[in-house]
Amino acid sequence: MTTRRRDAGEAPRQEPAAPPEAALTIDALGRKCPIPIIMLAQQINDVPMNATVAVLADDPAAFTDVPAWCRLKSHHHVGSYELPQGGWAIHVRRNY
Amino acid sequence: MPGTSPPAARVSLAPPAPRPTDARFAGWCDHERVAYFDAASTEPLHPAAREALIGALDAADPARLYGAARRSRMLLERAREEAAEVIGARPDEVSFTSSGTQAIHLGVLGTLLGRRRAGRRMVAGAVEHSSVLQAGAVHEREGGEMDVVGVGMTGRVDPEEFAAAVAREGTALACLQTANHEVGTLQPVARAAEACRAAGVPLLVDAAQTLGRLPVPPGWSVLAGSAHKWGGPAGVGVLAVRKGTRWRSPLPEDERERRRVPGFENVPAIVAAVAALRARVADAERDNARLSALVDRVREAVPRLVPDVEVVGDPVERVPHIVTFSCLYVAGEAILTELDRSGFAVSSGSSCTASTLRPSHVLEAMGVLTHGNVRVSLPWNASEADVDRFLAVLPDIVRRVRAAVGVESP
Repeated sequence: MTTRRRDAGEAPRQEPAAPPEAALTIDALGRKCPIPIIMLAQQINDVPMNATVAVLADDPAAFTDVPAWCRLKSHHHVGSYELPQGGWAIHVRRNY
Repeated sequence: MPGTSPPAARVSLAPPAPRPTDARFAGWCDHERVAYFDAASTEPLHPAAREALIGALDAADPARLYGAARRSRMLLERAREEAAEVIGARPDEVSFTSSGTQAIHLGVLGTLLGRRRAGRRMVAGAVEHSSVLQAGAVHEREGGEMDVVGVGMTGRVDPEEFAAAVAREGTALACLQTANHEVGTLQPVARAAEACRAAGVPLLVDAAQTLGRLPVPPGWSVLAGSAHKWGGPAGVGVLAVRKGTRWRSPLPEDERERRRVPGFENVPAIVAAVAALRARVADAERDNARLSALVDRVREAVPRLVPDVEVVGDPVERVPHIVTFSCLYVAGEAILTELDRSGFAVSSGSSCTASTLRPSHVLEAMGVLTHGNVRVSLPWNASEADVDRFLAVLPDIVRRVRAAVGVESP
């Protein structure tokens, strides 16, 4: 069970649909931030332009930090999808 | 007892000779070894407070009737009048608590209790101090409801959203801070107060980060503050409840502080707290201008000197002394340790620096980077030279911390 706060900015980032296909999945489960972000930054260029990377993470910081990284780095945060075992699949589309 | 010999040594009532400061703490904020940039956690004790504290240490029980007790009561009531003047309250509206957190707990739960017939909804901003949100959690456990109003990316509550939440049926209390303690952003208290007045809902204003620095915004029904944030001693909070605001103590009945706060008053610390408050208010204009210019310098220089940094919080609508930034690919704990080693005391909202292992709820609610977070909050005597030295060492520290986890900076 993940505990999350009821923040106004949160709702749009949490999509109810099943996660779409990703070109690359980065397993950062059990890793603390900033490690999941570092893994994402190191591997985003391994997928073709406009393809999607899924970051699997269960550090609560990743839920905020992956979308924040996308904003800072001008990539697109597609959505964050809760995993059955806890944590999220956070989908990022490579923009450049 | 009759017949026993007098004690060998009499207890001396003379003031002891001054002793050097305890070596364990020497220099924590004296700018000799360490540049202390954590004023938002606690402001160094103001010299006026130190003097007043020592002068009042022997205060007697202010509730009694003998001479020393009357003198103690006089000190306490004078402190209350002076605090009331700064707050913009009547003295009988002001109580002293044992901390800012206690003032918030009593303010929130006491108002909710007093307004139980009006409803059981409480409204609070998402980036309020944890004492507000925790008091709200108690309220929820007891069957009440808490409505959390979100913030934008600068950490500011949307005044219209706040007003809409306040206007909803059954709202017993609304809570808003004057300024955020982690990112320094000022909140729209005046507009929130208007909305509360229109809806007939009391507004609790948490003024912990601005009392003694900025004028108290009008329109509050309940106001809370914390003395050690303005340079008073620890262990003193202020709770003001406006006449006509329904309030009932959530704690067992006690005669102290007009039945609002239980427990023996800490008269020496209260006297010292108010001495610091007056001194801070007297110098506020000068200190604010100086600190705000230093904060502007940090806000401008950090993104220029360090790659992949986000300075968070409102650049203009902010308190004079707080600046917060997050460095990509950096663990908050690592950067704090390195800064400490270089002689800088700062704090962080990153999860690895918190006992809860959760990132700061403030940074989360803002949707900004929570890792690699550094909060610089300048005490009244922060020096320009220390700020420049901070800016000189920061880029290399970030580069080293990043290199240690395999991230090479440009």
